[in-house]
Amino acid sequence: MPHDHHDHDHPHALLPPAPALRVRALETILTQKGLVDPAALDVIIDTYENKIGPRNGAHVVAKAWSDPAFIDALRADADAALLELGYYGRQGEHMVVVENTTDTHNIVVCTLCSCYPWPLLGIPPGWYKSDAYRARVVREPRAVLADFGVTLPADSSVRVWDSTAEVRYLVIPMRPEGTEGWSEAALMDLVTRDSMIGTGLAKVPA
Amino acid sequence: MSRVHDMGGRFGEGPVVPDADDVVFYTDWHARALAVTLAAGSLGKWNIDVSRHARESLSPKDYMAFSYYEKWMGGLADMLVHRGVLTREEMADQTVTQISDLADKKLTADQVAVVLARGGPATRDSDVAPVFSVGDAVMTRRIAENVLVAGGHTRLPKYAAGARGRILRYHGTHILPDSNAHGLGEAPEPLYAVIVPASELWQHPEHPRDEVVLDLWQSYLEPL
Repeated sequence: MPHDHHDHDHPHALLPPAPALRVRALETILTQKGLVDPAALDVIIDTYENKIGPRNGAHVVAKAWSDPAFIDALRADADAALLELGYYGRQGEHMVVVENTTDTHNIVVCTLCSCYPWPLLGIPPGWYKSDAYRARVVREPRAVLADFGVTLPADSSVRVWDSTAEVRYLVIPMRPEGTEGWSEAALMDLVTRDSMIGTGLAKVPA
Repeated sequence: MSRVHDMGGRFGEGPVVPDADDVVFYTDWHARALAVTLAAGSLGKWNIDVSRHARESLSPKDYMAFSYYEKWMGGLADMLVHRGVLTREEMADQTVTQISDLADKKLTADQVAVVLARGGPATRDSDVAPVFSVGDAVMTRRIAENVLVAGGHTRLPKYAAGARGRILRYHGTHILPDSNAHGLGEAPEPLYAVIVPASELWQHPEHPRDEVVLDLWQSYLEPL
C-alpha cells in the first residue's frame, strides 16, 4: 500500500514564522516567479468584501418566504433555482436548502475543515472555522446555541449537517410572525448571516 | 488513527465566540492569505482534495498552534514545494532567479470574476451504480481511514465511524476525495446524505430526537 509522504516534510518552516510576514513572503516569491498578479489578489479580496456575502443568502431566504413557487423550486433543484437568481460559483456548486420548522432546527458545520456556501454567504466568519465550533456543535448543539444567545423550545429537535463533501447547505430560518404582506426587500433585513447557518434566528420585527 | 483536524465531538473546547455580521477579514494578511491561495490554485498543480490534505498534514503541533489562515499558508507553502512550483531555496531565500514555466497560467485581474463564477463542480459521470435508496439502513466504515493510502485523506469523520443511520438523500456521483487527493484519479461514485441519530454517536446526547447528517460516499457505507 502506498504511504502518505507529506507527513514528515514541511517546507513551510523555511518561511518567516510571523503570519503577516509569511503571507507577504509567499506573495512576493510567487509574484517574482510570474505566478501571481497582485492586482488579481486585490480583485479577489474586493469580491468577497463588497460583492459576494450574506445579502445574497438573505435575498434567497426572503424570496423563499414570500414566493411559494420559488421554495418549491429550491426543494426540487436548488442549483437550478439559485442559478435563475444568478447565484452560483466557487464553493456553491451543489446546493441544498434545509428548512427550519417548529419541530426541527437545522445547523450547518464542517467539522473537518471550513466548507461553507460562499456564493450565498461569502467567506465564513471566524467562529465557524474555530476549533470550538467544529468540535462542539455536532455533540452539543444547544450548548453552542446558548453561546449565541439562542434558546430552542424544549420539544424541538436539532439536525446538524456536517458538510463532509462538496454539497453546501443553506438554512432557511422560520419566517417571523407579524411579517405577513411584507415586501421581499423588507424581509431581507430580518435575515442574518447566522440565521442561515443555524446559529441564529431571523430577527423579529420591532 | 485520525489526524488532528478531525475534531468533531472533541471535549475540552471553550465557548464559541460570535462576531459581527459584517466582518469579512479581521486583518489585511487574512485577506491576502485567502487571495494568494485562490490565485495559486489557478495554476492547476493541485485540486481541492490535495489542498485540504496539505492542511491536514501539518504537524499536530503546528495545526493546533496556527490560526486559520496560518494553516492555509502552511499548506500552500508545502504544496508549492512538493509540486515543484517553488524550490526550497526560493522559499528560504525569498528570491527567485527566473520566471516559472507556469507563468502563462497566472490568474490575471480581469479573469477573477469569471473564475470565481465558474466554480468547480465535483459531480462526474460514473460507472458505479447506486446500491442504496432513500430510507435504506446503512452502517459507516468502522475505521475512519483512507483504504487506498495509509494515512491518506478521507472525509469520514472519526466520530461517525461505525455508526448506524439511514440514507436521507442521494446527491449523484461525486469525485472521491480519498482517491483524488493522492493522484489516483477522480474515481467518482455515488454520494449520499446519511442521517444518524445523535444517540448513535454520543454517550450523552442533548435530546433524544437529535440527529446528525453527513455526506458520505458509497464506499464508506455497507448495508445493514
